[in-house]
Amino acid sequence: MRILKILIAAMLLGAAPAWAQDLADISLSDPKQESQALALMDSIRCVVCQGQPISGSNAELAGDMRRIIRERIAAGDTPEAVRTMLISKYGDWVTFRPQLKPATLPLWIIPLLALLAGVWLVSRRLGWRQN
Amino acid sequence: MNRKLVLWLPFALMAALFISFLASLSNSPEKVIASQMVGQPLPEFAAGAAIPEQPGAATADFRDGKPRLLNVFASWCVPCIAEIPVLMELKASGVEVVGVAVHDTSVDLTRFLATNGNPYSRIGLDQGGRAQIALGSAGVPETFVVDGQGKILYQHIGVVTEADKTKLLAMLGVVK
Repeated sequence: MRILKILIAAMLLGAAPAWAQDLADISLSDPKQESQALALMDSIRCVVCQGQPISGSNAELAGDMRRIIRERIAAGDTPEAVRTMLISKYGDWVTFRPQLKPATLPLWIIPLLALLAGVWLVSRRLGWRQN
Repeated sequence: MNRKLVLWLPFALMAALFISFLASLSNSPEKVIASQMVGQPLPEFAAGAAIPEQPGAATADFRDGKPRLLNVFASWCVPCIAEIPVLMELKASGVEVVGVAVHDTSVDLTRFLATNGNPYSRIGLDQGGRAQIALGSAGVPETFVVDGQGKILYQHIGVVTEADKTKLLAMLGVVK
């Protein structure tokens, strides 16, 4: 039994350095940075298996992106700076969270307009009842 | 009558939106993701020699006034085999093709080049997809036309075929 324990410990020790380096699949030691990195990975689209976020993709390129995200965040970059960097490479398509700019303005304005139109319609309807 | 129509309008709008969302959800073909780096200077990258016989590839190699092709490929990529003969012809016309091999190993590349031919002047082994992501490349094969000042002029996504040769040669300024 003890031999088995030593054996397992030795195997774990031997295995650790192999993946301790690879930030594609290993968390950052700082939990705050790791949660920032994870949130970003959830909103970056895998360019290989499209429609999946890179956090849940097995594609090697998705792993490469996760590694770069963790490295940059560990180095002090903000998640939005890393997102901007990825958009500068692959375009708006790569983010699940649309950026605010002239081309995407309708995305933000239309719901507001729809709400206003709804309020107007309802208030008119209520107005008739009162009269 | 008119008021009734106005009241139905939001419902009609929602229904139209719902149908259009449903249609685009159920019909989403694989999209080709073009690099945003076209028209911009080649990003900084340095990929070490992929095979012992040839030098690696780095941004600095592209700034000597000579336009080149930068071919992102891999030994495990089946379509990449199909474009090797065309790249060989381009090489014969005086075009320099720089290779960047992604997610690859020296041993596999040596075998790939021995079997299919080697059109490359330099081959960089891209570690961790760094060069590929810097280029905004989403897959293999992809071929970038880089001018003599190191600016990316064009990105060809997918296999380079005979039909693409004339266009590429013209962009590279090679007169046939």
